[in-house]
This record gives sequence, C-alpha cells and structure tokens, in this order.
Amino acid sequence: MSAGVREPPAADQPLPPLVNPGRIGGLADVLRRRYLLKLLVRKELKVRYQGSVVGVAWSYVKPAVRFAMYYWVIGLLLTRSMENRALHIFSGMIMVSFFTNALSAGTKSVVKNKSLVRKINLPREMFPVASILVSAYHMIPMYVIMLLACLLVGWSPDGGALAAGVLGLAVVLVWGLGIALLLSALNVFFRDMQNIVDVIQTVVTWTVPMIYPFVIVAEKLEESQQVLYQLYLASPLCIAVLLNNRAFWIPASDNPKQAADVELPPTLWERGIVALLVGLLFVWVAQAVFSRLEGRFAEKL
Amino acid sequence: MVDSVVVDGVSKRFKLTHQKTIKKLTVNVLKGKPLSRAFTALEDISFTLKAGESIGLMGLNGSGKSTLLKMISGVMSPDEGQVLTRGRIAGLIEVGAGFHPDLTGRENIYLNGAILGMSEAEIDAKLGDIVRFSEMQQFLGSEVRHYSSGMFMRLAFAVAVHTECDIFLIDEVLAVGDQPFRGKCMRRILELKAEGRTMVFVSHSAKQVLRICDRGLVLKEGKVDFLGSAEDAVDHLNYEVDDETDDSSDD
Repeated sequence: MSAGVREPPAADQPLPPLVNPGRIGGLADVLRRRYLLKLLVRKELKVRYQGSVVGVAWSYVKPAVRFAMYYWVIGLLLTRSMENRALHIFSGMIMVSFFTNALSAGTKSVVKNKSLVRKINLPREMFPVASILVSAYHMIPMYVIMLLACLLVGWSPDGGALAAGVLGLAVVLVWGLGIALLLSALNVFFRDMQNIVDVIQTVVTWTVPMIYPFVIVAEKLEESQQVLYQLYLASPLCIAVLLNNRAFWIPASDNPKQAADVELPPTLWERGIVALLVGLLFVWVAQAVFSRLEGRFAEKL
Repeated sequence: MVDSVVVDGVSKRFKLTHQKTIKKLTVNVLKGKPLSRAFTALEDISFTLKAGESIGLMGLNGSGKSTLLKMISGVMSPDEGQVLTRGRIAGLIEVGAGFHPDLTGRENIYLNGAILGMSEAEIDAKLGDIVRFSEMQQFLGSEVRHYSSGMFMRLAFAVAVHTECDIFLIDEVLAVGDQPFRGKCMRRILELKAEGRTMVFVSHSAKQVLRICDRGLVLKEGKVDFLGSAEDAVDHLNYEVDDETDDSSDD
C-alpha cells in the first residue's frame, strides 16, 4: 500500500485557519460540492429504476390514468368546447406533477438520509436539492411527449412561447426548492408533515387551470369575486401553469392571438416575473429557517 | 506546533421532546403535559490538541464521548463555548452510512468518497489503494447487496482510512472483519498518525488507546474526570472500572 500519497505539509505553506467545524454554508456549500450532488442524484435515479420494470411502469401509469380521468370525466362536465383540450391538460400536468413530486420526495429527503445527517458533516441542503433535481429529471420525458403532441396538432411557437416556457419552469423549480427546504427541515421535528403535503397537493391540483380552462375562472370570479380572483392568480403554481399554457397550448391553437387574449389573464408576464422574484425571496427565507433548525438535526434524528 | 483542535468551555444540553408529530404536540399542549426534559450531555469541557497529537476519549457509556466527537466533527454545535478546528476532518465514523446496496462496489467507493469530502480526481488517484486495502478487487463490479457484512465493512473502512485529512476521528470499535484485516486497520491508523495527523479516538479498549494515543481524556457524566497522558488516563479509569476485560484488538 502506498501510504506516501500525502505530502507532509511544507513549513512555508500557509496553514488553514482555525474555524468552527459546524459552520453553516447553506446552498452555496451545495454548489461547492457539486460532485457529491451529482453522485447523489445519479444514485437516486439508478436506485429508483433499478431491477423494477414494474416500478418504472407505475410512474407512467399513474399520471396516464390521472390524465385520462381529467380528459374524459371532466370532458363530460364542461359545457364549452375547447381546442386541443388534451394539450391544455398536459401542459398543466407537467408543472403540477413536478411540484407535487418535489413536495413529497423533498419533504422526506432529510429524514430518509438520517444515518448520514446524524454522523457526517456535509451540507444538509444537499438532500432536498438532490430530490428536486431528481424530480426535475422526470419532467424530461413529459416535455418530450408534449413537444411531439404539439408538432402533431400543428404548433407555431413564437418567441413569447419560448420565454413563457422557460419562465414557467423557473417558477416551479424555485418554489419547489423553497418548499422542499422548508418542509424537509420541519419534517425532522414533526414526522407528520406528510399530512400538510397531502393538503397542499390537493389544493394545488384544483386551483390551477389544468383540469378546466382559465376562462371559466375569469368569467365567474373576475367581476363578482375580486378577492377570490386575485387569490387564485396569486398562486405561483397557477402562474406557472398559465405560462406553460402560453408556451405549448396557445401556439397550437388555430388563432393563437385571439386564444391568448381570451384564455390568459392580461398581466401574465408581470405576474410571472413577480412569482419568480417572490419565489427567490421564499428560497432565501426557507434557507434561513433550514439553517436555524439544522443545528438540532443530529440530536433529533 | 500549532493548535489543531481547540475545545473551549463546551457544554451541550439535549432537550428530549416527548412528541414527534404535530398531533401529539397538540394533545400534550392541551393536556398541559411537559413538552420536553433537559439533559446535560456535556458540561464545560476544555482541551487543546496540537497538530499531530492524538487523544483518546474514554468513559462509560453515556458519559458524552460520542457527543464530544460530534462537536469536533461539526455535526452538532455546542450550546455554550466553542469548538475550533484547523484543516480537513475525516474519520471512521458511521463507516458505510453512505453505502447503498443497489450500487456496485466501485460506485459506492465514489459515492462514499464524495460524502467524506473527496473530489473526483482525489478518488481516482486513491482508487487503487482503496481497492488493494479492501482486498475486494474481484467484487468491485457487483452490487453491494451481494456482499457479506464483513466484505461490506472492509470496503467501507478502506474508503474512510484513505480520506485526505488533517484531523482523523475514530468512533468505531476496531473489531471489524477477521484478525488480519483488523491488524491492517490498526497499522493504517498508526501510519496516518506517523504522517502527522491529529487524532481523536473514542474507545473502551485501554490497549488500543495506549497504542494510538499520546493523551487521554476521561469523561464522567459529561464532565472532565481526568485529562493527562494516555497511560495515566488508562490508570485512572482502572481505579473505577476494576474489571476492564475489553481487549478486542489482540492483533
């Protein structure tokens, strides 16, 4: 065994400083240790899909069934006809299923890795961040399916479509990260966080224009129920879904310009940018909470 | 010599909470039950290690040895006082915690190396040494789930003892694997020590402490009971624990 790999510290080499070993570097530390992050994400991807064809199948069957229900059952209830309704549902489902996956996997991420968190000093934000990246990775096949569907029905994207797609994705990623950080830390102290996650998932599914078109909400609430209408549009997930509609569904319409005027709120861009900025602020707050609670992770787990 | 580890007036209290769910918390609040009980794990511990020194932390179970080690590794932070360290920390702590049964031996080496703070280039450079040390060449491509527990520990130890570091912490009874492998681990640790690493060693074994450590710290109910040379610390401990028969490292 060649033990001489290590060179003895030379006398003239500057010594590393005396520091507090438990100092908290937060998300910046996660970036500094990208290599570990990469391996954790790769492990998760491999482990989740290894040796289980059925497991892979389930992760496609579940959204497919959900999609089919939204399409046919809600189709019976809708009184208006909609162009490319399948595409409308799907462009919303990408955002919603990423967010709900990120929420439930992110919340469990720290507790699931408790043997590491308890004994080894590494940036604990690593775990929620890795779980967000894994969830994001699973969006890729959905985007591919949607692009194919768009091309099939005749899709004429403009610059706005691209910008809306990118902005919508950024909004869900940022909010997903913030909420995963926050709930993963709280889950260490209260193991029934899953209940809260379930509630958020239900609320998110029904308060975005995915199953039904936005125009219904606008007609029913805009004039008579201003507060509810503003509340509806205040949800970052709703904005992300609308942006994704703008990116994929609207340009597939026969008359995209008219469709955009009717089907989207007038201030979508402004709202999108606000949702992103507030989301960044939320990540900052979630990080602060995480750092505060992190000191007690080792003793709680 | 410069200071390598400074433990200065460190105290740690644990709050033992009785509820782990919001449901139970609500119930206990409504019933007016106490929500937590405080428990002092460490009280006013101070010592300094110079670079290259090694210290053995001894004491009965529950005396605070592992808690102190966690403070030094940075996993826990003290309630009072401070811990300062210089340079990179690694060690034999929860060896194999980062291993995943569905990954191959080689993948696990990389993952665990990265968890312990190594870069990709560093692991590439050390891979040969790690594999040779573990004596697992022919199993590297198979998933760890097919390993025996001895093989698993050997690989985990091999990664841990090859981590580049300035301070090496040991909180794992060196009773892993067969005797030749135990002897190898002990030799590797002595080698790391000879290379000038600072060491903190938690052990019940007087013999191991005497082999590895220059100094000894005996903890009793979270307080410093004795701090001095390793020999004196072992003597001190023997006064209280007459039947110290724990001598597992007869390599």
